[in-house]
Parts: sequence; C-alpha cells; structure tokens
Amino acid sequence: MCGIAGLIHKGKNAKIGEQMISMLLALKHRGPDSTGLALYGASNGSGGSSESYVMRIKLAEQEDTLHGFRIAQEIAERKDKVDQRLKELGASEVKAEKVREYAYRYTFNFSNDLRRLANFIEDVEGAEILSLGNSLELIKDLGDASDIAEQYSLSDFKGTHAIGHTRMATESDVDIRSAHPYWAYPFADISVVHNGQLTNYWNSRREMERRGHRFMSNCDSELIAVYIADHIAAGENLQEAMEKSIDAFDGVFTYLVATRDSLGMAKDTMAAKPMVLYESDDFIALASEEVAIRSIFPNEIDTIDPYEGEVRVWQH
Amino acid sequence: MATLNTTPDETGMHQERLGDRAQHVFFKAEEEENFTYPDSYEVDYNKRTTIDVADMDARAVNGRIRECMQQGYGTIVLQNPSAKHSLAVGILNRLNLYIEGSLGYFGCGLIDGPNIRISGRVGWSCAENMMSGTIVIEKNAGSTFGAALRGGDLVCKGDVGSRTGIDMKGGTIIVGGRTGILSGFMMQRGRMIVCGDAGDNLGDSMYDGTIFVGGKIASLGVDAAEGELTELEERFLQEKLKMYDIQPPKSWRKVVSGKQLWNYDNLEPSEKKLIL
Repeated sequence: MCGIAGLIHKGKNAKIGEQMISMLLALKHRGPDSTGLALYGASNGSGGSSESYVMRIKLAEQEDTLHGFRIAQEIAERKDKVDQRLKELGASEVKAEKVREYAYRYTFNFSNDLRRLANFIEDVEGAEILSLGNSLELIKDLGDASDIAEQYSLSDFKGTHAIGHTRMATESDVDIRSAHPYWAYPFADISVVHNGQLTNYWNSRREMERRGHRFMSNCDSELIAVYIADHIAAGENLQEAMEKSIDAFDGVFTYLVATRDSLGMAKDTMAAKPMVLYESDDFIALASEEVAIRSIFPNEIDTIDPYEGEVRVWQH
Repeated sequence: MATLNTTPDETGMHQERLGDRAQHVFFKAEEEENFTYPDSYEVDYNKRTTIDVADMDARAVNGRIRECMQQGYGTIVLQNPSAKHSLAVGILNRLNLYIEGSLGYFGCGLIDGPNIRISGRVGWSCAENMMSGTIVIEKNAGSTFGAALRGGDLVCKGDVGSRTGIDMKGGTIIVGGRTGILSGFMMQRGRMIVCGDAGDNLGDSMYDGTIFVGGKIASLGVDAAEGELTELEERFLQEKLKMYDIQPPKSWRKVVSGKQLWNYDNLEPSEKKLIL
C-alpha cells in the first residue's frame, strides 16, 4: 500500500509545495517509509526557459552518512567532480545549493545533449540525478511529509502542478533510490508516482534496457517512468503513451505522470488500486483517498472514482 | 422499542423463492426478541442530537454514537465527516442516522438495523457485511460497495466503482448510475439493481442471486447468464426504485447464475479416493 496524489492549477501559479505537503500528510498512514514530491514551477528564475535547467542530485544515500569516517569528505569530492563535469560539457552559470548533507540543487544553462550530460554526471560514484528539467524539481527522502517539508523548505514553493508519494516499501529497500517520484531519465521534466505492482516488471525492464535505458533501482515504478519517456521520445503524446501502458503492464496499478505542462492518471483494467478525483474549472486534484483532497478543500466537494482502464490528462 | 406491525414479505423486501438449501431466516414481528441483540439500546426516534465530528477521530465518533444511543437518542446527525474512514461502523441497533457530508473508506460497515442517510459520497467498501437496515447515499460511491452484504437496502443514487456487491449474500443493492468491472463477483444471494451501465465481467462466478441492469452490459462474467424478467420482478423493481425516488430506466436486463460451475454435491478427488 502506498499513497499517491496529484494536483494541477489551470492557468495560474499557486503554493503547490504547501498544498502537496498537506495532501501527503493526510496519506501518511498509507506509507511511512519515504515521501517524495515532483513540483513544477519557475522557481529557478528561468521562467521555464528551454536552456535553463534545475538539477536535483544526491551524492550518497541517507544511511551512508551514518557510517564511516570519510563519508563527508567523499561527498565533497563527488561534488567537485560533478562541478567539473558540468563545466567540461559546457554548462554555464552553474550554481549549487546544499540542501542536505548528501543532496544538492543545481541551476545552470545548457544547450547540448542532455542524455550525455546525465550519463557523465551519474558516472561519478554515488551520484544519482533525482530530476533534471526546466521546471521540474523533484525531492524525495526518508521520513514523512512534515520531515521533508522542513528539511527542504517546500512550503513557499509556487508553481502550476505537482505529484507526490508516500511509500510503504514492499518489494525493494527503504532508501532514497527506491523512493518516488521517479524522474524519466534522461528526458527533461517527466516524473511518475505509482501505487501498485507490475507483475511483468523484469521482462519489460529487460526490453527497455535493450533499448538503451538505464535503471537506478529495482522498483517497478521506475519502469513506468522509463516506458512513458520512451514513448514520448518516439513522438507520442502523453495520453497515447499512457493508453498503451495499460496494455503493456500486467498487474494492479494506478499511477500519475507529470510533464512540463500536463498531469495524467492511469488505472489498470482491474481497477484494483484506489484513486479519487476532484475536478473544477480551474483546478484538479487526485489522491488515493479523498481525505487527502479534503486536506486542501475542507468544504464538501463532489468527487468521483475513475473507472478501470481509464486514462485522463489535463493541461495547466 | 416501537412495535413493528408488518413483515418484510408484506413490504416487498423479500420476493425471491428460496431453494431447499437456504438457511435464510426472515424477520417476523411476533418473534421480535429473537431479532435484536441482547445489549441493544432502547431509543426514541423523536429524541435527536447533532455531533460535529470535525475534530474527532473514527474511534471517538463511533464511541460517541454508541453513547448517544445509550442515552436513548434515536435520531443522530453527524456533521463535518470530511471523508474520514471507518465512521458509523458496528451499529447493531435501530437508529436514524443522518450524515451531512462524505465518508471515506469502510463507512457504515458491520451494521445491523440502522437507517442511514448520507448527503455526500462514500469511499471504498461502504456497508461491508451489512446485515439489515437501509443506507441511502445521495452522490457517488467507491469500489467494493456492499461487499459481503447480507441484508437490508443499500442505495447509491450516483455512480459506483468496481466489484460492487462482491460476495454479497443477501439484501438489495441499488445503483442509480453506472457500476464498474466485476460487479456481483461471487454473488451468493440477494439482488443488485443497476439503473445505468455495468462494467466488464458482470456477475462473474455468481452462485445465485439476481442482477438487474437498465443500461448496457460491457460483458458477462464466467457462468453468468441472461434470464427472463418476470412480471413480479418488474413490479418489484418499480416499487423498490419508487421507495428511494430513483427514476427507473426504460427497460431491464436480468442476469443470473448459469450454474454450470456448481459442484456442491460432487466429491473432491481426495474424498473419492477415501470412499472408493
């Protein structure tokens, strides 16, 4: 059991950091192991410019910092390597902000091959890019939503849409690597959260690996991100890619995908995992439980449960 | 307790013909003492109270309802339920309960007797294992609506999710709108009335009971078959929907068990070995 949530404001910015934290706190009972958010806005000051990037990166697992005498020095060395490699590939105006002992937020300008950049940086030992994009900021860590909000100062984050996840680890470890959301490497601004289990995970993963995609975890949710990214790269739109995924994946699942300008949801053909939807003219919210939506709308609202095999996509 | 003058047969609650195997016992007013729990409370429907549950958790709310019944309140209004889970569960008493708002998951489960009206919607697994009474929901409902229902009327005036009436063993489920996949899965007795469309695999592996659908049926499940609607059933449907102010569809389709998978009297292979 995990909890997922998503929201999108149509044509306006709002305090989506605060709203998503509130929703995830209401879903805390569905998964206490880790919490993550993918927030879409223009907080890097780029206004979503196609050459101005935000990169969220971790240089060690949280538990690594509890062991060994040299970990602080190793993280510093890894960061130096990342800085050096960014410059080497032509990134300019590089700024790095230390968010946690092991997590950094970078902003930079870049106009070359994004996959090459991502590969080169992840070649640094212990480095994993959590997100890379023009408007996406992906934060995930161990603990509940209140811990994450405090550690990463998310309450003031303004933007248009967001997805979030509270994780109960069932088939992979309790670590940041296995936490959601997943960035759809190496495609800018695509992220996924998922509640369920894909039973054809290994077969599908092998197929994606043969097509050149890399996996950072053994978590089946990462496969959805990679699959969607692969299909979008092939020229499909989000709706088409998600509709195909319903047939491609076996198992029980409900998942949310966010891109630079849209939010999508998909539900498996057995409708075995919950999802509640609230839709008004200028705002859409989805969550595993209505109580999460009610955490930002205290008054009575009309909600529905999407049906089996249903895919919906909204633009902001 | 108030005196009950009519039997369920007279009110049209039970119209189905029971087979020889049935152990169903219908309520009889003259045997009232056999149909109430020993620790149930004497309540007066004219004694009314309101509980604002905005700052209460589920355990506190359910405890407060019990306290109110103990004090003789027969009509209780819950305000601000805010889609919380597991509210109004385990009520084994006569009671008029009005819920102003929406419930989360597992609302009104394990109840026997109360009449509940909900102005909002309900989440997954509403009225699970309900034994008797009525529940009327004005808006939509989530999946596994009325799972393992044993008796009473469970009514949702809007749309309902998947697996509606899964494993139901009696009673009546009424859906004003559509219902999702695998509705009536492993149904064993009772009636399901769906005024709108029904999803795939309707009545899959149903043992018994009847499903009436007013709209389109996406597909029938394994061992579910279409039956012929009788005049008595048409009258029953008309009366039943009238009771809850639901507009009936123009026509009905009836789904029953094909009974091709019935193997009750067959011996298991291991049993055969022992005997033969």
